[in-house]
Amino acid sequence: MRAIGIILAGGNNHRMKELTRKRAIAAMPVAGSYRSIDFVLSNMANSRIQKVAVLTQYNARSLNEHLSSSKWWDFGRKQGGLYVFTPVMTADNNFWYRGTADSIYQNLTFLKNSHEPYVIMASGDGIYKLDYNKVIEYHIAKKADITVVCKDVDDENMERFGILKMNEDRQIEDFEEKPVIAKTNTVSCGIYVIRRRQLIELIEKSAEEERYDFVRDILIRYRGLKRIYGYKMDNYWNNISTVEDYFRTNMDFLKEEVRDYFFHQYPNIYSKVEDLPPAKYNVGTHISNSLISSGCILNGTVEDSILFKKVFVGNNCYIKNSIILNDVYIGDNAHIENCIVESRGTIRANSFYKGEDGVQIVISEGDRYVM
Amino acid sequence: MIKKEMIAMLLAGGQGSRLGVLTTRMAKPAVPFGGKYRIIDFPLSNCINSGIDTVGVLTQYQPLRLNTHIGIGIPWDLDKNIGGVTVLPPFERNVNSEWYTGTANAIYQNIEYMESYNPDYVLILSGDHIYKMDYEVMLDFHRQCEADVTIAAMPVPLEEAKRFGIVITDENKKIIDFEEKPEKPRSNLASMGIYIFTWKSLKEALIANAEQSNLDFGKHVIPYCHEKGERLFAYEYNGYWKDVGTLHSYWEANMELVDIIPEFNLYEEYWRIFTKSETLPPQFIDGDTAVEKSIVGEGTSIYGKVYNSVIGRGVIIGKNTVVRDSIIMNDTSIGDNCTVEKAIIAENVSIGSNVFLGAGEEVENESKPDIYNYGLVTVAERSVIPDNISIGKNTVLSGVFQSADFENNTVPSGKSLIKAGETA
Repeated sequence: MRAIGIILAGGNNHRMKELTRKRAIAAMPVAGSYRSIDFVLSNMANSRIQKVAVLTQYNARSLNEHLSSSKWWDFGRKQGGLYVFTPVMTADNNFWYRGTADSIYQNLTFLKNSHEPYVIMASGDGIYKLDYNKVIEYHIAKKADITVVCKDVDDENMERFGILKMNEDRQIEDFEEKPVIAKTNTVSCGIYVIRRRQLIELIEKSAEEERYDFVRDILIRYRGLKRIYGYKMDNYWNNISTVEDYFRTNMDFLKEEVRDYFFHQYPNIYSKVEDLPPAKYNVGTHISNSLISSGCILNGTVEDSILFKKVFVGNNCYIKNSIILNDVYIGDNAHIENCIVESRGTIRANSFYKGEDGVQIVISEGDRYVM
Repeated sequence: MIKKEMIAMLLAGGQGSRLGVLTTRMAKPAVPFGGKYRIIDFPLSNCINSGIDTVGVLTQYQPLRLNTHIGIGIPWDLDKNIGGVTVLPPFERNVNSEWYTGTANAIYQNIEYMESYNPDYVLILSGDHIYKMDYEVMLDFHRQCEADVTIAAMPVPLEEAKRFGIVITDENKKIIDFEEKPEKPRSNLASMGIYIFTWKSLKEALIANAEQSNLDFGKHVIPYCHEKGERLFAYEYNGYWKDVGTLHSYWEANMELVDIIPEFNLYEEYWRIFTKSETLPPQFIDGDTAVEKSIVGEGTSIYGKVYNSVIGRGVIIGKNTVVRDSIIMNDTSIGDNCTVEKAIIAENVSIGSNVFLGAGEEVENESKPDIYNYGLVTVAERSVIPDNISIGKNTVLSGVFQSADFENNTVPSGKSLIKAGETA
């Protein structure tokens, strides 16, 4: 137990459009059975971290519900545990979290009362597997003050990333947050290793200067002064920041190698366990190249799609290249193509939805009677 | 003082030998059911759904799987500060150490456990039936009748009644007589092996019959209470109840789950069946496949065709393989180009490619025709079957096989192939 974890799951993002209307990005359902925060939580658990704080403020209810117990990820119960910190009013503070650094500052006692020497900071929207111990070892070997996990990406749209430039020793020389023109193709994965005392010192100093953002006011500001290193990650990594990312990341799981990497190779990804019955396929279903989650009842045709938990598909439906989120009821003869159907929706019989120019988000708020 | 109105005692120690190789390494209540569950999940879920939070589980035969499954009762919310689930194996004592020699003897040996909760009523359950039942309603009936013993009973067709213990009641449901597997049944009310005892009566009856060998509820305790003139009532139950004591009834009960609206519905919101579940990925259905009239567990990958079957979790079904009318349990893998018909394949089995299960005509099983029948192929857990083998009907296979173990790569119908060290 040489590290504690801090998960920055505060944010909303307008590029996720309607999908974050009722939940934080970290609570977005991913790959049928999971939520995006499960990946970072599982990585922490698999790296034998026992004590994790989740800092959240936008629509915290969605996360609170998911993070109902530390036991889903096997964190400590008596020693350590899983803590969800939302902003609170105190005698000397009545602000919301004004930025990532501020959210840590407002919960600095958590850091001060811990004894573990290192802190892993990570965002709640990354889809990857990583043993953080390897990053800590690298961090120690490089005698770094801060280590930033990064990855070379091959993407025409780099605007949504933080871009790094490193020297041959992997020390970070330049860091630009979401530049219009990227100088390199190395992006920050939003995962940092830092010594706990160092972090306390930097956060306190920034707060004094009324600076509140970890990347802008600490990482970028101190890049010449402190030894900041990059740790390159080779395996699958993706983050959810736009509707297109979200759609693409989910659809990646239809690829055999991605499925094998996340679902079948050790260590596993854990999530809150729900007691749902197995999926049921009735006569006349045609399922092809799709992921189906537990609790689904299927009647129609489903192709190249991901069905989350408890989806009901009526007779003669046609669902193609779509993501159907949890607990959606789809009436008979519905046609859904290139869509993301928001959770707990009711799609009326005979409806027709087709994303013509990219992905269409379908939100239906129909009443439903529970039998 | 701790006080629980009603506690449950769940008998889970039996082997269930009529399930053949399925229970070689586990007790019957631990046998998987319905793609995700184990048989004991049904009575345990019924308990918590009925508001009973204190359950003693009596184990004896091969308890490892059962113990790991139950743990401290977390899946059923039975990890309580007071009460909860307690696994009760037989134990050594100063004098008279013995195994559980009968259903009632097992309960007798745990009088101390029951007493510690100071109950008014004790519910006796067995761990080998598939049903949903609100025991609280049964308790209301018990109280209303001012009964000493209430036996849950269900109407069965008269011609089948001779397979059961039959209760004969008056118009107030008061029991006036019993018949154990009668030739000419006088009633069609079959005992379901579910009893509510008023604690005082149960304790008295157990102590009075302590010396009886193989002390059994049906054979000794209930008749004793009856003869003593206690008030015995039959609580008539009309829902779904299935004894899964034989391979055929086990297979049939699984097959009933895949009906469009099954008589036994796992998808109801308000009487959920809980089980120990892990986080598992969704299931993947490849292109050029068919899955119809089946239920499929989490994390399973299907590359072939599946009809009318119950598939567990973590199963792999290869390309061009056709599975029909079968039960395939957790973590089993089946290769490419196989045909599987009317088979029960236990957990962690590995079947090669080009294997045919359920080939040819029905021939009576050579060693245990009363167990391996109805044309079923049964494969024991952790078995390995190599490529290119054709296996007939009414067969049973257990063990790690190589091609050399087979004559002409075939297992004729009716054959029992049990590797050394394994038992049928």
